[in-house]
Amino acid sequence: MALRIGCASAPGQARDNKTGSWRVFKPIFDHEKCTSCGMCQLICPEGCVLTDDGKFIPDYDFCKGCGLCAYECPAKAITMETEEK
Amino acid sequence: MADKSLEMVECGHRACGGCGPALAARLILKGAGERTIICAATGCMEVFSTPYPQTAWKVPWVHSLFQNSAAVASGIEASLKRQGRDEHVICICGDGATFDIGVLCISGAFERGHNITYICYDNEAYMNTGIQRSGATPFDASTTTSPAGKNSLGNSRPKKDMPQILAAHGAPYVATCSIAYPNDIIKKVERAVNIDGPCYIQIHTPCCTGWGFDGSKTIELGKLAIETGLWVNFEIVNGKLEKVKKVKRKPVEDYLKVQKRFAHLFKPSLNTTEIAKIQAIADANAEKYGIDLKI
Repeated sequence: MALRIGCASAPGQARDNKTGSWRVFKPIFDHEKCTSCGMCQLICPEGCVLTDDGKFIPDYDFCKGCGLCAYECPAKAITMETEEK
Repeated sequence: MADKSLEMVECGHRACGGCGPALAARLILKGAGERTIICAATGCMEVFSTPYPQTAWKVPWVHSLFQNSAAVASGIEASLKRQGRDEHVICICGDGATFDIGVLCISGAFERGHNITYICYDNEAYMNTGIQRSGATPFDASTTTSPAGKNSLGNSRPKKDMPQILAAHGAPYVATCSIAYPNDIIKKVERAVNIDGPCYIQIHTPCCTGWGFDGSKTIELGKLAIETGLWVNFEIVNGKLEKVKKVKRKPVEDYLKVQKRFAHLFKPSLNTTEIAKIQAIADANAEKYGIDLKI
């Protein structure tokens, strides 16, 4: 690929890199236990916890399965499960 | 007020799972806002967020060298000033670039009084090149250039006190924070970018790969560092200590024993002499900043 002058690139192109393939453990969100505090969204190092209709949903295209959200969730509403691929 | 829903760092960056600096990057931009220009030195964050052309940043982002991000930021700030523009100019650099290689340019920028905010994400070693010690590496931590073994107990020197060095430059705002307290980072960054003059923020960002712990415990490690007194969250405004996070202190072992870089202090046998030295560092911090809660 040709380099542009100054190696400039368009913003946010990292989205092309689907880091979800790195995952070994998958976070499962229990919406019944969830108190909507938003901690998982705030502390996700990927920034891949999305909100849909007031519910928090991880974007599995990018989630690396680090388990930080599950460890920190005050309502213990997230569990990590081994993922079969 | 900072917009906490603002996401200016895109998914798909190549940081390790549970990366402290990656979390810090997101939080910094929530505080700084979208009218921000970033100068970044070489470091882990630069490497994982910008392999060409897949940049994770959605704000203007300029890569300098290890040593000159503060000088590049000075130039950008001077140019914006001349054009009558008011974007925030911030540097985001690692501890290697800040504590060791970039000191000359940082000192120059602070002395000239540029309106920039210099943010150091402190993961306490050169992580992108394979965990070499830096001026920020704590006492007795094992790294690849200070390996613990028969003749060594790890890094033989204490951590450099960079916030005090920059406070001594007469900076209007110097603060430390930790990814363990995300809202605190957002608040402090927002405050710094709105102060006229050179401000410095140092963020404690535990590194699961370099320190040797599971990626799910990044925030817990940050909290333990504060609760043991080995990291202090404070704000120095115009040279005066304004706010300090007070804690009910835990013994330093609680923080050390969960990290592989300090494993040599516990195996094959408990090294009480060395742990006492590290406890003395925590005690000195507690004394200096008055972090102990009086009950």
